[in-house]
Amino acid sequence: MRHDHITSAKQLSREDIEAVLDRASEIAADPAAYADRHEGALLGLMFFEPSTRTKMSFSAAIKRLGGDIVDMGPVDSSSVQKGESLADTVRVVEGYADALVLRHPSEGSAQMASEFVDVPLINGGDGAGQHPTQTLLDLYTIRENAGLDDLTIGIMGDLKYGRTVHSLAYALTNFETRQHFISPESLKLPRNVRYDLHEQGSSIKEHTELAEILPSLDVLYVTRIQKERFPDESEYREVAGEYQIDAETLEAAQDSLTVMHPLPRVDEIAHDIDETEYATYFEQAHNGVPVRMALLDLLLGGEQ
Amino acid sequence: MTDQQLRVSKIENGTVIDHITGGQALNVLAILDIDGSRGETVSIGMNVPSDRLGRKDVVKVEDRELSQSELDVLSLIAPAATINIIRGYDVVEKHRVERPDSVTGVLDCPNAHCITNENEPIHSQFDVLEDGIRCVYCDSIIREQIADHIKV
Repeated sequence: MRHDHITSAKQLSREDIEAVLDRASEIAADPAAYADRHEGALLGLMFFEPSTRTKMSFSAAIKRLGGDIVDMGPVDSSSVQKGESLADTVRVVEGYADALVLRHPSEGSAQMASEFVDVPLINGGDGAGQHPTQTLLDLYTIRENAGLDDLTIGIMGDLKYGRTVHSLAYALTNFETRQHFISPESLKLPRNVRYDLHEQGSSIKEHTELAEILPSLDVLYVTRIQKERFPDESEYREVAGEYQIDAETLEAAQDSLTVMHPLPRVDEIAHDIDETEYATYFEQAHNGVPVRMALLDLLLGGEQ
Repeated sequence: MTDQQLRVSKIENGTVIDHITGGQALNVLAILDIDGSRGETVSIGMNVPSDRLGRKDVVKVEDRELSQSELDVLSLIAPAATINIIRGYDVVEKHRVERPDSVTGVLDCPNAHCITNENEPIHSQFDVLEDGIRCVYCDSIIREQIADHIKV
């Protein structure tokens, strides 16, 4: 892989994506073969915002490769409290680790941080911006369950603010996919994302109702509609209610439908779907480990 | 164009920015970060009749030449502008602005959550698109009223 840093799904070509997914498949098939692949390697965790899945799965990934973590810890006990700039913080921490993972509330923070360090830096989520490793594990899950070419995918929920949606939609333009976007009017894809998809030659099909498109979908990717996006609670309830699915909703779907969600969910996917063949969201979350192992392996020089 | 048309005198050394889109002169001064407080000698013609543009603005600034960043942003709000460098009352250089591939500094990103609006040691940077500009850091696109985003 020719990238030094992974800051955005937009930088990833089809070849890059396939290199990570292929390596992830190899790791998943024979994890023992990778157990001491990066013995002694240290991964620096810099999480300026809370995280469960991303942080834990990166920790698990480097440890399963034989390495370990150095963790900045919560922001309120770090030098950031003293007013240190992010640029200074990353320049200090790069001396402690062989690669860095950064999550930060400001959009573009990972891009900026990558300009100040020589060790590989991975964006673990920058505000409403990018979250490329989530995208890679999403793509891996789609490839394992439905295949990435000749795919019809529906992406539903908060398409305006959901960073996983933006990254995924862009990355999917590398493959033969038909993308349908299902959301309330007020949470449609933002202008910059439409611009990118258009530039990539992807035709955008937008819907306000899932029923219009559900029977044709191979994958349904559901995201959470957040309460704070609405002026009042009653409006939120009305809108959010229309974008919740349960086992009954899915009676109109193909038997082979794969239902995904970046998690955490609130009530957009009813628990009665969890035990069905459709439910793939927990598998999706578990895939974070082999996919992040694969990415770390490639960035830390796993091809040698 | 004659001096009478411009109603301002020649300058000895500095820059004459001509063929500015009518009404944009004050934005040009904002790009140059000129507000008069540092004593610069500036002459402005606004909505002067022009064969090429109908109406145009002209800005003359004494003892000042433009940086590349300033020229780049200028090209976005006044794409027909011509730059005349004056030394000893003579025009020693004359060229049109060129639309760049990207602009650095001068403009603020409109996204309040963009890292370039934090106290970090970086300049804003925008890629120039066919019909707007786009923040290199947060991907925000500005299509209209680019002049509203000139740093103050």
